[in-house]
Amino acid sequence: MNAICKVKEVVTGMWSLVVGMRVTGQNFVRPQFTVHYPRKTEGLDWEGFRGHPMLVAKPKDPTKPKCIACMLCVTSCPSGCIKVVKAKAPAPSEEEMKAYEEAKAKAEAEGQEAPKPPKGKAPKEPGKWVVNYTMCSQCGTCAEVCPVKSITYSKQVNQAGYSRKDFDAIDCLALLREQAGQAATAEKDA
Amino acid sequence: MQLIEKISERLEGDAYCRHFERRADSETLVINLGPQHPSTHGVLRIVAELDGEYVIRAEPVLGYIHRMHEKMGEVKSWWGFMPNMGRLDYLHAMAWNQAYICAVEKLAGIQVSERGEYLRTIAVELNRISSHLLWWGAYLLDLGAFTPIMYAFEDREILMDLLQQPTGQRLTYCYFRFGGVYADMTPATLAGIRDFVPYLRKRFPMYRDLVTGNYILRKRIEDIGVIDKDMCRRYGATGPVCRGSGINYDTRRNEPYSIYDRFDFDIPVYDTGCGMARYMVRFEEMEQSLRIVEQCLDQIDKSDGKHVAPKSPKPNYKAPAGEAYQAVEGSKGKIGVYVASDGKKNPYRVKLRSPSFCNLSLYAELAKGTLLPDALQILGSIDLVIPEIDR
Amino acid sequence: MSEVLKSLPVELIQLVVGLICLAALVGASAVLLVWMERKVAGHFQRRPGPFEVGPHGLLQTVADAAKLIGKQLATPRGADKILYWAAPFIAFLPVFVVMLPIPWGETLMALDVDLGLLLILAFSGMGVISLCLAGWGSNNKYGMLGAARAVSQSVAYEIPLLLSVLPIVFMTGSLSLSLVASVQGTWPWDWLVVRQPLAFFIYFVCAVAETNRAPFDLPEGESELTAGFHTEYSGMGFGLFFLAEYANMVVVSAVATTLFLGAWHGPGSDLLGGAVGVLWFMAKVVFLIFVMMWFRWTFPRVRFDQLLNIAWKWLIPLALINLLITAVLIPLWR
Repeated sequence: MNAICKVKEVVTGMWSLVVGMRVTGQNFVRPQFTVHYPRKTEGLDWEGFRGHPMLVAKPKDPTKPKCIACMLCVTSCPSGCIKVVKAKAPAPSEEEMKAYEEAKAKAEAEGQEAPKPPKGKAPKEPGKWVVNYTMCSQCGTCAEVCPVKSITYSKQVNQAGYSRKDFDAIDCLALLREQAGQAATAEKDA
Repeated sequence: MQLIEKISERLEGDAYCRHFERRADSETLVINLGPQHPSTHGVLRIVAELDGEYVIRAEPVLGYIHRMHEKMGEVKSWWGFMPNMGRLDYLHAMAWNQAYICAVEKLAGIQVSERGEYLRTIAVELNRISSHLLWWGAYLLDLGAFTPIMYAFEDREILMDLLQQPTGQRLTYCYFRFGGVYADMTPATLAGIRDFVPYLRKRFPMYRDLVTGNYILRKRIEDIGVIDKDMCRRYGATGPVCRGSGINYDTRRNEPYSIYDRFDFDIPVYDTGCGMARYMVRFEEMEQSLRIVEQCLDQIDKSDGKHVAPKSPKPNYKAPAGEAYQAVEGSKGKIGVYVASDGKKNPYRVKLRSPSFCNLSLYAELAKGTLLPDALQILGSIDLVIPEIDR
Repeated sequence: MSEVLKSLPVELIQLVVGLICLAALVGASAVLLVWMERKVAGHFQRRPGPFEVGPHGLLQTVADAAKLIGKQLATPRGADKILYWAAPFIAFLPVFVVMLPIPWGETLMALDVDLGLLLILAFSGMGVISLCLAGWGSNNKYGMLGAARAVSQSVAYEIPLLLSVLPIVFMTGSLSLSLVASVQGTWPWDWLVVRQPLAFFIYFVCAVAETNRAPFDLPEGESELTAGFHTEYSGMGFGLFFLAEYANMVVVSAVATTLFLGAWHGPGSDLLGGAVGVLWFMAKVVFLIFVMMWFRWTFPRVRFDQLLNIAWKWLIPLALINLLITAVLIPLWR
């Protein structure tokens, strides 16, 4: 009995091997699952793709971002990869300087305290907005926390570079200006 | 010439090898399996003493991917520690996300929106399926079958595309937020998931024909690497390792969390404790996860709330003082996160309990006396993810 | 000069020309087979395989060969230089000898001897030495483990190989391959496989094991021992082992075709002065190699002791029983 059981086991085992070969044989003749990117791109879905953080332009002025330089993204980024520097106040105009000089002279003549020098109002926008993509963990915090919805993610799926410098200081203001320039030329051509 | 020879003599094997060799017989061979391994285990190094083909002793050497996550827990803010959770067990990143977020929610009493809970469950169970699929493919790759991993990756590709829409990531997910999730799933994604469930169910018979019933595979897995209940208890093995040895323990049932009590699903338990038992446990867990996902999809439209609770914490959140522990069921076993807070903006301590660490610890005793191919097959069947072990 | 040429025996000229053609065939077949293996593997896994280099990846092997030739020939420290570098050559050179007696067509063969089969079986045993030397000479623990496994596997499967070929010899009464080929007829039911199916099955299994192909490829078990006996070889040393493996596959399939599948016979094999017969032979060899590749990409590896068990407990008894039945039935038939 034992020998017959053994033989039966071997025969069913051999049959299971044939069944396995039939499965691979069937897959051999089915079409490929691979998409021959970049020659073909149909069937590829990039919705929700997250590239590096990017600024969103103001609708009325495409060269300026919506960002108000509140530094919330800088403080909440887990890796600390965003660097924002507030824009400096513009230098006072000539008339303002002249008025200040006159007021200063007048105050000195009358013996009163000199007035403060004119200081321009610093605009609420970033002077520098740089992201170090090599440290980004793509968690989504910066876009989530921005109060004016000024951060989005790049949809460039085939971003490539030759050295680390292409990734560790991505100047988003320059990118924005480039995009605005491209949009303007596209409109001109249209 | 002489100096170079002397130096190379001293560098023969590192400290671990020399310590190991002290107790080795002169007749046996001491080899290193890894850390550079053609298998897809990760950077695990095992120093083994072989007598011909038999393994006399085997000791794992850890630490090749130690990245100090627990230290980062003390330095980063409460919100900022979340991306770390995706990098531990990157195959089932959602479960680690869930463990940490739920621990902090327990500590601070944060409410979770109901729709958020359903979205969390869908994400965790889909991620469990993709983790088990990759384990299956990699296990068979270890055994020498090169095709099943490609079929498994086909299915995983569909899953990753589906999960990319709400999360934005394909592997190291950072989807959970305090009080809910990052973003809602669009109707298109939910429809895609609804189509995926019957698609995967149709693939299972093919996998059974190709692999599970295969005579060569059964001869290699059955009755080999038997882990009995006592060994599981001594080493604290959880997940499919303990369920394959007859211990009916699943954190979703035994320590209920989230909304798992609303779903009807079985916990597969096998008695034999061999590699085949663990294999079948994981296969059936995939089927049960599909059931949970189906029920979630049916119930999610009736849930109220948005994907995240209103007034949920912002990135500058500071948890109140106290401590909390949350255990969830990951694909490898019981994942535990313990957080202790003293009210500051960084946690005081974050302790991560990884299931693979405890599962690996029984390997040294289990591999004694087995053949070398069997020892490697047992390692595959325990399902280890080394970054989770080393943290 | 022409008198010298005329005084040479025809067989010698035939031999020399045959060797040159066979060398070209070995090279061409290796190139083609590597491409075929990768494409077949790709299609089994529902992916394209090599696609970029040349149309549909046809020049991929050429690129790989150029890369291998350009690599540094490193000898590991402590390795026995003579043995280490002799091993690839010993693996590769017997292939030429083994290909000599094979009847590629009705009149197309390099060496028409009465003992063709004996020549093949004797020289294919030389491959075992090369495995041994490669593993031992590498001064590498993985290499030694792989070599030990490879040697025991090769030696164990030689016996059922011989035993499964013997019934054919009994039936045709000769060791000459051209005679065995001519005995068979045009249609599949005239081929010897119909009368000896078990022998064909055993021969094929042993052939897969002798060439170290999956599911019997434990000696080069990639996920266990890095690369087994050829771990330390780089560049052309590895290339020669690789070439030898594919050439061995061709040889073993060609012998199976000759003995069991009717060699160059097939409908229309007399046309074009025997050229169609050669095409039939090639087609059958390619089909058998395709089946070997099918095995590789479907089955997991057989464990080493199970492998030896199969040889000793199943294949040898079955081959012996087959031999006994054949030996009893032949006088009855006559």
